[in-house]
Amino acid sequence: MADTTTAPAPSAVEAAPAPSHTSIVIREAVIAAVIAAALASILLGARTDIAPGGLSLEYRPWNIVIAAVVVFFGKLALGFLGPRSGVDLGGAFSGLAPSGDALSHAGTYVQPALLVLAVVGPFLLLSTYGGSGARQYIELAILILTYIMLGWGLNIVVGLAGLLDLGYVAFYAVGAYSYALMALHFGLSFWVCLPLAGLIAALWGVMLGFPVLRLRGDYLAIVTLAFGEIIRVVLLNWYEFTGGPDGLSRIPRPSFFGIEFSRGDGGFADVFGLAYSPIHRIIFLYFLILSLALLTYFISIRLRRLPIGRAWEALREDEIACRALGINTTTTKLTAFALGAMFGGFAGSFFATKQGFISPESFTFIESAVILAIVVLGGLGSQLGVVIAATLFIGGFEFFREFEQYRMLVFGLSMVFIMVWKPRGLISRREPSVFLKKRKAISGDLVGEGAG
Amino acid sequence: MSAANAILTVERLTMRFGGLVAVDDVSFEVKRDDITAVIGPNGAGKTTMFNCVTGFYKPNAGRIAVARRDGRDYLLERLPDYRITREAGVARTFQNIRLFGGMTVLENLMVAQHTVLMDASTFTIGGLLGLPSFRKAEAEAIEKAAYWLEKIDLTPRADDPAADLSYGEQRRLEIARAMCTGPELLCLDEPAAGMNPRESAELNTLLRFIRDDHKTSILLIEHDMGVVMDISDHIVVLDYGRKISDGDVDFVRNDPHVIAAYLGVEEDEIDEAEALAESGGAVAETAS
Repeated sequence: MADTTTAPAPSAVEAAPAPSHTSIVIREAVIAAVIAAALASILLGARTDIAPGGLSLEYRPWNIVIAAVVVFFGKLALGFLGPRSGVDLGGAFSGLAPSGDALSHAGTYVQPALLVLAVVGPFLLLSTYGGSGARQYIELAILILTYIMLGWGLNIVVGLAGLLDLGYVAFYAVGAYSYALMALHFGLSFWVCLPLAGLIAALWGVMLGFPVLRLRGDYLAIVTLAFGEIIRVVLLNWYEFTGGPDGLSRIPRPSFFGIEFSRGDGGFADVFGLAYSPIHRIIFLYFLILSLALLTYFISIRLRRLPIGRAWEALREDEIACRALGINTTTTKLTAFALGAMFGGFAGSFFATKQGFISPESFTFIESAVILAIVVLGGLGSQLGVVIAATLFIGGFEFFREFEQYRMLVFGLSMVFIMVWKPRGLISRREPSVFLKKRKAISGDLVGEGAG
Repeated sequence: MSAANAILTVERLTMRFGGLVAVDDVSFEVKRDDITAVIGPNGAGKTTMFNCVTGFYKPNAGRIAVARRDGRDYLLERLPDYRITREAGVARTFQNIRLFGGMTVLENLMVAQHTVLMDASTFTIGGLLGLPSFRKAEAEAIEKAAYWLEKIDLTPRADDPAADLSYGEQRRLEIARAMCTGPELLCLDEPAAGMNPRESAELNTLLRFIRDDHKTSILLIEHDMGVVMDISDHIVVLDYGRKISDGDVDFVRNDPHVIAAYLGVEEDEIDEAEALAESGGAVAETAS
């Protein structure tokens, strides 16, 4: 908020009557142009060509001129756009869109509205596009919700406890394989396997947690990255148990409290007197992931207001002070790892039952990176931020599938752009977990990022 | 009175870092309901000794014993740091303030009551379900926090982030946060550093209040001699890791060893000072 109200004021004061500001900008632009020309004289100004008898240099003076002119005008534009001669690029863009404060303030109304939309959404799509037309949109929504759930799960570890985890996909994989193996070998139903898969993933979370307790920051990130890879490599090579690269197929689909989504007698459509349609299963899967995601949401929202959640945030702010207040940092970190992993495991079970087929291909490092990017882009610790980031990220990614390789470029650029515009994520404000008189959001600049 | 018995007994404490002996065979006592100050020139080993007492360092040799009011005894050198606060009732503040800057003032005081609230939340499950026993414990914790906010004059700032407070306010909040853990011994590492005279006078009032009304003994490191001489019941002086003086304010003020350590003396004066100190030390032994 302070950004938007104060940032334009000084630039207006300085720019209007002050020739000094203009001259500073021009001088900086000239300096930048000279540096660009110096660099370009080597990098762009000369080219080696193959000539008879060896190599020859071809001089291209115009390239140097063009580079210098482009840099000069670019720097000039930045100087007049930004409040302080283009150094503060973030400030220049902060007026272009609602600030994080406006977003989090609107959160009180936005969240119930989003929930209503999430519940009635598939029926709206059905009535608009019909059964077959709506299918791709509902499947996209399922995918987005899966990532939202994973984002909320990882948010406990990264956003609240401040422990950078680059191997989160490992727990997603553990959950998926736990469900698939239990269902295939023991014939257990989805509803029995779901909590078990969550527990197994939580156990693996604790197993990862123990060796990394002493590590902080970059070192922690590297070890979690390695952990994620170990899980994937084991899944890939333990052929007898996991099927290796072939994966596991014919994983049982979930049933509606025992009623299968199948054609014919005793199927879902038959029991409820509907005409059979494959969309029923898709809608059921949608509501399944929606309720799992909401479970994650409500549990993590409540955990934040409990002593354990406050201890996680305190750990992120200052670990040494936590120890001086009688907080056992070992168990506090382990519970964060375990709970984050548990939600990852739930999401993994859902993924396995939705796909019916899993292989190590689905659990590569890029998945961890995408989930982490969603959490960071949304704003560490912000629940609504994860929703916005996942929708933009996954939704946008699928939406622009026709653009082939360009979409990667566009997404890379837009991520850079968002991080410049809002370095602490889309919603960086922190809501206090308890208040005496009035709940006031805390500016993201004050909130620690965690060092371990 | 119970003031005669010691809450903290440090015996022959030694802490080495490689070849450097930071604390060398130091023994002293902190009496119950006393304010004991540890003073000494920079690098004398005060903070190292402090870190040993609060469990942040494990000493190479020596014994640190705490006797709680209810008769329980703890050997601090054997306890992990969090249990020293939780079970032995020793709380501390830091020389460079360590508040949870991104959390509100009230939240800082709530984190300090983690142990009590964690027990009330029955492995977090009771808390998740919102059991009445947990809600009652939480209301009591907020009440306790509000009480301390009142005492440190920060009630109007309760819902502001701790990082937004002024330096003096942050120091007071850190003391209140330590008090919220319900300690019997409060260890303060330079509480008056960076405070103006008015603020340090308020600090003295607060520390006396803590000692008298909460029956909490205080061990403090301080450079501000005005604060030390004003409120201390007992002073321990360290220099180069060794204890050079130990006694009440008047004794320490006139101890030639202390004067020598602080002001520096000529070679031949040291012998003279030592001769004086031996007689002075004997007097102090009998006095205590």
